[in-house]
Amino acid sequence: MSEALINTVLLSLLACITIGIVRTRNLFGVVVLSGIYSLLIASVMMVLDAVDVAMTEASVGAGMSTVLLLGTLYLTKGHEMKAFKPPLLPLFVAIGVGAMLVYGTIDLPPFGAADQPVNQHVGPDYLARSKPETGIPNVVTSVLASYRGFDTLGETTVVFTAGIGILMLLRRRRKKDDTLREGEK
Amino acid sequence: MIFEEFINYYNYFITLFLMSSGLYIVVARGNMVKKLVGLGLFQTSVYLLYLSPGKILGGTPPILAEGYEVYSNPLPHVLILTAIVVGVATLGLGLALVVRIHEAYGTIEEDEIFSKGDDLQEEDNKNSTLPGDAK
Repeated sequence: MSEALINTVLLSLLACITIGIVRTRNLFGVVVLSGIYSLLIASVMMVLDAVDVAMTEASVGAGMSTVLLLGTLYLTKGHEMKAFKPPLLPLFVAIGVGAMLVYGTIDLPPFGAADQPVNQHVGPDYLARSKPETGIPNVVTSVLASYRGFDTLGETTVVFTAGIGILMLLRRRRKKDDTLREGEK
Repeated sequence: MIFEEFINYYNYFITLFLMSSGLYIVVARGNMVKKLVGLGLFQTSVYLLYLSPGKILGGTPPILAEGYEVYSNPLPHVLILTAIVVGVATLGLGLALVVRIHEAYGTIEEDEIFSKGDDLQEEDNKNSTLPGDAK
């Protein structure tokens, strides 16, 4: 029961932070709020027993993303403009999608039940096979690196591609600065 | 009991709230940094949607040890680990694009870029230079 209670409190805080992110127009404030958001969601993941995910989210979400966002703010502008017209259509779309999803959620099994289908087949199978087959006590590690190694390879490819893309985008910029400086001389 | 029912589905309701707020920010806000933060909100709501059903109340994290019988489902954790790393790669690429757009147009607001793009295109027709190099 206490687990569910902690979970509820953390999720409520998360909802408050989200309202703050939607309403704030100062982009620096938005970045700080999104850092808090990542830290809170890492705590929620901790309560949901996803310790490896919580660690990754705390370092990548609260750490690296915040640094990237702050770097972008340094290179661009720090304030958001007011919209020309009230955003009625987006509001309608967001509420409509939310309502449809709530309608779809009502049939899902309740939170934390051990007998729901998602916890019946593959999960227990990995838990039973991990120790004898790979010898690693942390099942998340054994699934990530052994049973689903190709997934991880694909993920590395994606990150590599994104890195190349960033380099190409920002390198072009440095060249342009150089030509500008030469022009000033 | 109504309170228990509420607790049972609270995870999903908050997940959906985060999801529709993320969608709202991406569609309604013209500022590109804000749009990327909204995209991040949407992504994290999907993490929650995956992790919530994997939790078993009274269970422990899936690290095998003696004296524990009930473990939470490890498979969603693996999938979401991959998703987080891909998410930060997407964010980095998006922010690099924002920096590049700011150089070419001098603004990161969508409305201003559209109006400037029209002006530049008219100039373009006169001078036949690229919009990025025209500045």
